[in-house]
Amino acid sequence: MNTRQSRIFGTSVNWLKRHFVVIAGLLTLAYLLLPNIIVTVFSFNNPRGRFNYTWQEFSTEAWQDPCGVSGLCASLSLSLQIALWATLGATLLGTMIAFALVRYRFRARPAVNSLIFLPMAMPEVVMAASLLTLFLNMGAQLGFWTILIAHIMFCLSFVVVAVKARVMSMDPRLEQAAQDLYAGPFQTFLRVTLPIAAPGIAAGALLAFALSFDDFIITNFNAGSTVTFPMFVWGSAQRGTPVQVNVIGTAMFVTAVLLVLVSLVIGNRRNRHNA
Amino acid sequence: MATLTQAPPPVAPPVPEKRPPRRRGRWTPYLLLLPGLLWLFVFFALPVIYQASTSVQTGSLEEGYKVTWHFATYWDALSDYWPQFVRSVLYAASATVLCLLLGYPLAYLIAFRAGRWRNLIMILVIAPFFTSFLIRTLAWKTILADGGPVVDVLNTLHVLDVTAWLGWTAGDRVLATPLAVVCGLTYNFLPFMILPLYTSLERIDPRLHEAANDLYARPSTTFRRVTFPLSMPGVVSGTLLTFIPASGDYINSDLLGSTDTRMVGNVIQSQFLRILDYPTAAALSFILMAAILFIVTLYIRKSGTEDLV
Repeated sequence: MNTRQSRIFGTSVNWLKRHFVVIAGLLTLAYLLLPNIIVTVFSFNNPRGRFNYTWQEFSTEAWQDPCGVSGLCASLSLSLQIALWATLGATLLGTMIAFALVRYRFRARPAVNSLIFLPMAMPEVVMAASLLTLFLNMGAQLGFWTILIAHIMFCLSFVVVAVKARVMSMDPRLEQAAQDLYAGPFQTFLRVTLPIAAPGIAAGALLAFALSFDDFIITNFNAGSTVTFPMFVWGSAQRGTPVQVNVIGTAMFVTAVLLVLVSLVIGNRRNRHNA
Repeated sequence: MATLTQAPPPVAPPVPEKRPPRRRGRWTPYLLLLPGLLWLFVFFALPVIYQASTSVQTGSLEEGYKVTWHFATYWDALSDYWPQFVRSVLYAASATVLCLLLGYPLAYLIAFRAGRWRNLIMILVIAPFFTSFLIRTLAWKTILADGGPVVDVLNTLHVLDVTAWLGWTAGDRVLATPLAVVCGLTYNFLPFMILPLYTSLERIDPRLHEAANDLYARPSTTFRRVTFPLSMPGVVSGTLLTFIPASGDYINSDLLGSTDTRMVGNVIQSQFLRILDYPTAAALSFILMAAILFIVTLYIRKSGTEDLV
């Protein structure tokens, strides 16, 4: 190796050293996004046979008729309904608990904290199995209501954590100021406390919605013969996946990214406006 | 010598200490707590107790079950299914280590090097969540398909020979082997590692890096002595958030594995939903719960961050 070659070699090694984190990070990002790319590409596939795992030919058939498979859109709407009700229930109950934990002192606090922490520290399959034991013992009819009960249960703790973080960072003097200005306790809560806590509550609600909508393990145990969207995908993985599943997966991904981008742009513009 | 790139952050005005509890509404906290805690008690705590009782029952589906304190169920379950338990711990631990190795650079990139791309990369990390994870896991079947590009490349580079020798893969296949299952587990729980890591990295004052640099620390020393220790809370909660769900998972093993990669979650699922042997299933699930709680408590004690929640 002559000097020039070794210098080039040295600079490229240096370059690699300096950018190691960036390269490794982007590779991880690629690993994370690769399945989504595959899902999108294969939503335009026209598979022969029942399984959509190998590329055959380009087709937009599935996109023109996303509900063309029996049961698919019914399961999707059921999942949306359950996710909405579970979000509502978990957000309401979780926000109340979070406020009680931050704002008040009471004796049973450690017990309360561990009751909230434990559902998050337990593998889903354990919660799913024990809840099924309870339902079987009570002779409950498995279906919409048992799924909803289970979803509210496991989303609750996540809402508590999200709301608690926000309420904790709140300056209590703001409420005192409101009261000094003759606002009643109810008015203070509605006009001062709630608007400040709102981002935390919204984050908790979003998390609950995502968790409930995508939940499979707990639903698998407690659904009986009711079919939510993840249950439909699971069933189709055994029998043969229709392309429409990919279409819906892609549509959800694109919608989510667009919604986030739009909210970011609006947020940026508002910030600039205020500044 | 590097100059300080940032002015010190403005000192926040001191927030007065927590107010003494209000006199009015002594019962308010309990009223606020009651509905949620009742829900958690009835549908979380009570079921665990029910399950404990089911695990020591004997009987059959037709005649009904009775509590007979039949602890032998635990012994039988353990001696029948210990390979699945060992596998669960091994796969979950491998996936956790891989998540840490893969997730750390990305979290570091977002926290310190991404600049104006930070929001975009953040969105790209979270966005896959919005496609059902089952669909995404099925996509790995396409990626790792027999004779597909990934397997071909690994074959040409003789990587598969090495992994086959280690027992991670079999022959020319990646699908239906432990490697595929661990790969799926790593993929599925990677965001749960990245987000806590990012949160704790982002809190590190960049001036600490400059200070280390000024004191003639090499970048690797800075990382080892400053950055990594300060990111420990994120490492601890990230590993827990990855290990716990991975150890109970049965989806990756079912979709990407074979009967030789069955984990304890698969056994619990099939005992409960197909074989309908409730006592054995309850015992298995109880053992898994106890094992996880034990590991988690030990781990939290060791790493010295007890104020995790």
